[in-house]
Amino acid sequence: MRWFLSVLSAVITVALIVLLDKPVAMGNVKTPRLGYFLSPQKGFWQNAEADTKKFDGNIQSAYLQGKTDVYFDDRLVPHVYAEHETDAYFVQGYLHARFRLWQMEFQTHAAGGRLSEIMGASYAGTDFLSIDKFFRRLGMVYAAEQSLKVMEADEIIKPEIDAYTAGVNAYIASLDEGSLPLEYKLLDYKPESWTNLKTALFMKYMAYDLAGFEEDFEKTNAKHIFTKEQFKKLYPYGQDILDPVIAKGTPIAKSALVVKKPATADSLYFDFRKNDSIPVKVKLKPDPANGSNNWAVAGSKTKSGKPILCNDPHLGLNLPSIWYEMQISTPEFNAYGATFPGTPSVVIGFNDSCAFGFTNAERDVRDYYEITFRDTSMREYWFDSTWQPTTFRDEVIKIKGAPADTQHIAMTVWGPVMYDSRYEDALKDGKAYACRWKAHDASNELLTFNRLNRAKNFNDYTNAIATYQCPGQNMVFAAKNGDIAIRQQGQFPAKWRWQGDFAMPGSDSAYRWQSMIPDSMNITMLNPQRGFVSSANQYPYDTAYPYYLGGSYPPYRGFIINWKLANRQNFTAEDMQIMQTDNYNVFARLAKPVLTKYMDASQLSNSEKKLYDIFIAWNLRNDAAEKGASVFTAWYDSLMSVMYQDEFAQTQLPLPEPAQSSLLEGIGKDSLYEFADDIRTPQKETITDMVVLAFKKAAEVLQKANTGNSLAWGKFKDSGIRHLLRIPALSRLHLLAGGGVHIINAHKQYHGPSWRMVVHLTDETEAYGIYPGGQSGNPGSKYYDNFINDWVQGKYYRIKIVGQDVAAKEMVKGKIVFSKA
Amino acid sequence: MKFLIAIILTALLGYAAPLFLPWWSFAATSFIVAVIVHQKAASAFLAGFAGLFLLWGMHALLLDSANNHLLATKIAQVLGIGSSAFMLVLVTALVGGLVSGFAALAGSFTRKPS
Repeated sequence: MRWFLSVLSAVITVALIVLLDKPVAMGNVKTPRLGYFLSPQKGFWQNAEADTKKFDGNIQSAYLQGKTDVYFDDRLVPHVYAEHETDAYFVQGYLHARFRLWQMEFQTHAAGGRLSEIMGASYAGTDFLSIDKFFRRLGMVYAAEQSLKVMEADEIIKPEIDAYTAGVNAYIASLDEGSLPLEYKLLDYKPESWTNLKTALFMKYMAYDLAGFEEDFEKTNAKHIFTKEQFKKLYPYGQDILDPVIAKGTPIAKSALVVKKPATADSLYFDFRKNDSIPVKVKLKPDPANGSNNWAVAGSKTKSGKPILCNDPHLGLNLPSIWYEMQISTPEFNAYGATFPGTPSVVIGFNDSCAFGFTNAERDVRDYYEITFRDTSMREYWFDSTWQPTTFRDEVIKIKGAPADTQHIAMTVWGPVMYDSRYEDALKDGKAYACRWKAHDASNELLTFNRLNRAKNFNDYTNAIATYQCPGQNMVFAAKNGDIAIRQQGQFPAKWRWQGDFAMPGSDSAYRWQSMIPDSMNITMLNPQRGFVSSANQYPYDTAYPYYLGGSYPPYRGFIINWKLANRQNFTAEDMQIMQTDNYNVFARLAKPVLTKYMDASQLSNSEKKLYDIFIAWNLRNDAAEKGASVFTAWYDSLMSVMYQDEFAQTQLPLPEPAQSSLLEGIGKDSLYEFADDIRTPQKETITDMVVLAFKKAAEVLQKANTGNSLAWGKFKDSGIRHLLRIPALSRLHLLAGGGVHIINAHKQYHGPSWRMVVHLTDETEAYGIYPGGQSGNPGSKYYDNFINDWVQGKYYRIKIVGQDVAAKEMVKGKIVFSKA
Repeated sequence: MKFLIAIILTALLGYAAPLFLPWWSFAATSFIVAVIVHQKAASAFLAGFAGLFLLWGMHALLLDSANNHLLATKIAQVLGIGSSAFMLVLVTALVGGLVSGFAALAGSFTRKPS
């Protein structure tokens, strides 16, 4: 009997252990291995970082050549003092991994189409397998492999990325079950070794995010529904209000390169109203709001007589943040700024001589070509009147808990065939489309950052950015010697008007990108008379530029930035902070007279009239407390919808949404705007009908918000900073914050200024910075999200760029010494 | 006295074993303690339970208070048990205690009552 009871108890014990050592399904997610997860010695409790923790350490590695001291300041920003430059990259890799390893691996897994490996085919309602297929078929891994070849052939970048990778791996090697980052414990997997390919993948992820926005299939659909005249009105080239990055009137030399429209284009390509649409469902798109502001003012416009440079890149706002702040000091240079966990060097920042920043160029560098295969084997395709052979890339997607999936991708002269009949997102008509993307080309963007980190003057800046290809950026520069400059840099295809806006025939080489725009046609503005340079994702040049500037360019931020910079003098660093966080809505300023002109308030009910009065009395600022901002936003969104929904209802297929500026400028100059008519009704509707209808529809939402006491803009917008896994408890939701689209403080719900920086280039640099996150990626650390409240308030931190002697004295949060083993 | 010794040994070995072995290795040491420090079934279970309940509970409590309950509050929400850090400490202690208790019970039954 006792024997039996003993076995029974033992069986219960083992059963408990087995149960607690297995992830259990909980809704559409799985629990961690609970026994392990709860074990205070190994599980999540180990990630509960002591409030008083000091980040001391002593790291030895045979990889290092000399000594490097790292001091953590009170915000946990590391200040790295390396005797040897390559050691600095090792240390940067180590620190990125120490504080952000999980995020680095997750983001590069996303870029490489490997999320199913860790998440399973689907998790918490997200279809990871289809995301992986999308990135594989887009050619992300192919692109990273191409670039890695040139990175590893470069004598400057090879040792840099090798050292960085070694540093990441030194940290990974030090991990055990207990010290793993929290997310690995939650999802129950382990980190793998870092590789140079992962760094290349991270760069391609940025290329996807910033140079991956196009609407070629949607525009092709639109072309087939609308007449050419309608199309031009819905999707105009240029804007009335346009104030381009390179100011109008800046001399542009004549270019020897002329691009020719193919002879067949008028019949084959400009086939408007053909009614033959492409039912492609494009799964993933980068946020079209991925943009930024940057500007530099010359000493002639500042109180100190020294230049000031400002930059705030607008990206998806996540926890852990995409940025990690640090100072890197070597015998060759002393740089400070925002870095990307996943890549070496400072990306946006400054050194002892100059400062540099970036905004996105927004140009369309991804096009599609229709491929005619000879048969379903996809071994041959029709090109220039012959059957050409394809090659194949087999992309194997491993799936947690399921057999692997293989994507069999045909490679053509254009690039990978992204869509074909075997891809489940394929065109229902059996057509195939190859993707030509600038990011597929081998390029070495890290070299630009390496050189900017040590740039001393304008010539060094020019030299640093000369090799940069993709994603194209507006690169702003200011130096202590007084120079300011900006240039939209990148390699952009020289296109004829509308080339690549629609899917192109892939059987005719005449439709290829005939050439890249010569570098001499990327115009630099150096020390302009007006005393400032700026960019905010607007058109780089006016539309007289000799090559087609296909892309998507919001005009309003650039307009208000230039207006403010032009109309004021004696700027200080504090003025710049105020300007960078300004919530004035210039778009609303321009829209208000147009909307009120067409509005017929007599058609509004009493409660609608109250909302309208809020709008009329509004101060045009998107501050968190303003109710008028909510009314305006809901009204304008509603107007966009009622204005075009009837025309768009002509097809079930996706069409590109017109820009908000196109509607405003359209109804602003044309009181008989043709899209106002609801083509589904016999009578002819007017703009007034639409404006009133839009208001009434918006009022339903607004009234609900008002009764819920959330009509104030900060509540209506309901911003948050979400954990990369979208787990609410690890996110910071319901932040009461102002800002929004078309506003300098471009803070939308989950998107906005991901790093705000102001650098005053006085003899002793006066710099400020902040990002919505914290230096630690560990949700169990008080440094995980400790900048967020200050960021919401528009506060800045004074940046400490100091010598080692000062760091040693003042920086008390810890010291790590790296030395040769 | 035996009861107390069993608790202390269970806790000590239950801490030492997972330093080198998987998280559940304390079950083996709790079993062995119950074989060596032999008690009646009920006492053995209670001692085994208490040893790990106290070990995991105290350890979690220490880490949690040094952390100002920051992480435990979040994890409690992730696991769907509200947002009380103390509740999570309790759950942690119970899980450890339960496994250890049954292991000790099995150990106690291997020997005849004295």
